[in-house]
Amino acid sequence: MFTPKHAILAASLWLATTAGASRAETPNLGKPIDEAAIAAWDISILPDGTGLPKGSGTPSQGAPIFAEKCAACHGDNGKGGEAAAVVSDRELAGISAAQKTIRNFWPYSTTIFDFIRRAMPAQMPHSLTDDEVYALTAYILAGNKLIGANDTMDAQSLPKVKMPNRDNFIIRFPDRI
Amino acid sequence: MSKSRDRKARGEALDAAAGNGLLDRRALLGRGMALAGAIGAGIGPSAAAAEPPAQPLTDDPWSLEFGERTLPYQVRSKFEAKVVRTLSNPKNELRNSHSRTPHHMLEGTTTPNGLHFTINHGGIPDIDPDKHRLVIHGLVKRPLEFTLETLSRYPMTSRVAFVECGGNSAPMFSPEPLQETVQALHGLASCAEWTGVKLSSLLEETGIDPRAKWFIAEGADSPHLSRSVPMKKALDDAMIVLYQNGERLMPGNGYPMRLLLPGYEGNMNVKFLRRIKLVEQPALSMYEARTYSPILPNGKAYQFYFLQEVKSFITYPSHGHRLKGPGLYEISGIAYSGTGPIEKVMISADGGQSWAQAALQEPVLSKAFTRFRLPWRWDGGPATLLSRAWDQSGNVQPTRAEFVAARGELTKPPPVLGFLNQHYNSITSWGVGSNGEVKHVYA
Repeated sequence: MFTPKHAILAASLWLATTAGASRAETPNLGKPIDEAAIAAWDISILPDGTGLPKGSGTPSQGAPIFAEKCAACHGDNGKGGEAAAVVSDRELAGISAAQKTIRNFWPYSTTIFDFIRRAMPAQMPHSLTDDEVYALTAYILAGNKLIGANDTMDAQSLPKVKMPNRDNFIIRFPDRI
Repeated sequence: MSKSRDRKARGEALDAAAGNGLLDRRALLGRGMALAGAIGAGIGPSAAAAEPPAQPLTDDPWSLEFGERTLPYQVRSKFEAKVVRTLSNPKNELRNSHSRTPHHMLEGTTTPNGLHFTINHGGIPDIDPDKHRLVIHGLVKRPLEFTLETLSRYPMTSRVAFVECGGNSAPMFSPEPLQETVQALHGLASCAEWTGVKLSSLLEETGIDPRAKWFIAEGADSPHLSRSVPMKKALDDAMIVLYQNGERLMPGNGYPMRLLLPGYEGNMNVKFLRRIKLVEQPALSMYEARTYSPILPNGKAYQFYFLQEVKSFITYPSHGHRLKGPGLYEISGIAYSGTGPIEKVMISADGGQSWAQAALQEPVLSKAFTRFRLPWRWDGGPATLLSRAWDQSGNVQPTRAEFVAARGELTKPPPVLGFLNQHYNSITSWGVGSNGEVKHVYA
């Protein structure tokens, strides 16, 4: 939990910088930067959809992109190859992480968009447009029967996709959060 | 005559600390002549008598010629070339690369920089330090950008801390013991002195919006590796690290700057750190949503595990070593806890039937490797060596039975490089055979 002590510390830092008076002396060498200037780096996406960009894509738009840019590692239709399957109907059984799939494990659909956009394809990350990332996300979700074959994924629809395993997690050490 | 018999009898009683030859932890640390005499009486004469007398001494060539030139950056002796990390991906294929620390060939508590474990998910970026930037933004009063040069002007803190991959020791989930070295089993943990700037110092300049409950840390590597961390840790002991054992970070360890979260799983200690964003909720990035959420036997999974719990393992003797005959040995190993300092380490030589307390090498530091040692008189018979650690918060390393009951085990032996579950911290057992061979066993 975020304790009262931490809340007070955080609040005092906030007030200190606001008032500009009582905070400890620091070198003060951080250069102010606008959020607009950070935009190209700010690729964080939260499970509620915060940070999702404009754009959209459908499973049928994603299919040819997947075949061209993803299938070499993730297999035809995402069934797995050198890299993990991204489309699978495997069920969880036992404690092996090898059983984890997007459908049976991942708690939030936003993670799919986030990971493709930040890290894929491995040899050329950040080469896909946001529309392409939405299309690939839609293709993977549809392949896993988590959305319909004609559904469009965008900043509004993607966070609403209910992932089946979402409620199966136990926070290990709640007092550390 | 009767005097020496008395001393021997008294010594045996004093120095035996547990079954199958474990001696008192003070026996080799200047406890005094009585114990030293007792040990000598026990094994000294027979061991020495078995060997032929030493040959007359002569000079070797290196003592008769001018030596090698001095290098600007010295490298170790060529005779130590076998002391290396093992690599999972030597051809740098398009997947992650692990390198493991050879604990069975090291001593002390500091991992040399060239032997510190690494896991990188998109190769090692070739970062120009002059062009690297760190931005802190999101729920702050003033977003700020820092360079390596400006960060170097901030008050520095040095602390010793272990870093351990959340998937370290994953081969121990095997239903039968894999015949692998301590490097293969536990090599994804290392310990260094880290120097840098406390994150809280930088947050004093940016200010913190009280709505911020988490921060997202992100690297400049090609997968832009990203993890969510509670603000509680930011205001506690999180650091932006610039130096590793006194020199700039190694490229594989995050050059030119990384996040250090003492005691938290390695993946969260984001390397090549370029962005920190304060947010209200965690991002559930791939590594927190999938990879480091271990599945439990009941089908649920732990989320936000974070802590590397109390753990120990014996590094000598361990698999790959071969004892050269009965006599006095020193058992040596490493203990650590992400919660704080180690309180004690117990050792058994009889598979857990009896235990003796090991000596801890000072200084015993919080969230750092602690070296433990214990003298052992091996009688040449079968022995099963175990270590078990307690931390100063009262946490104890679980027995294998306790651990498996809570966390389960795999149905078949996994590939040794696999990460089929995470956060294993139970006991490691080494079986010493009559021939001196050391095997990995489950006791």
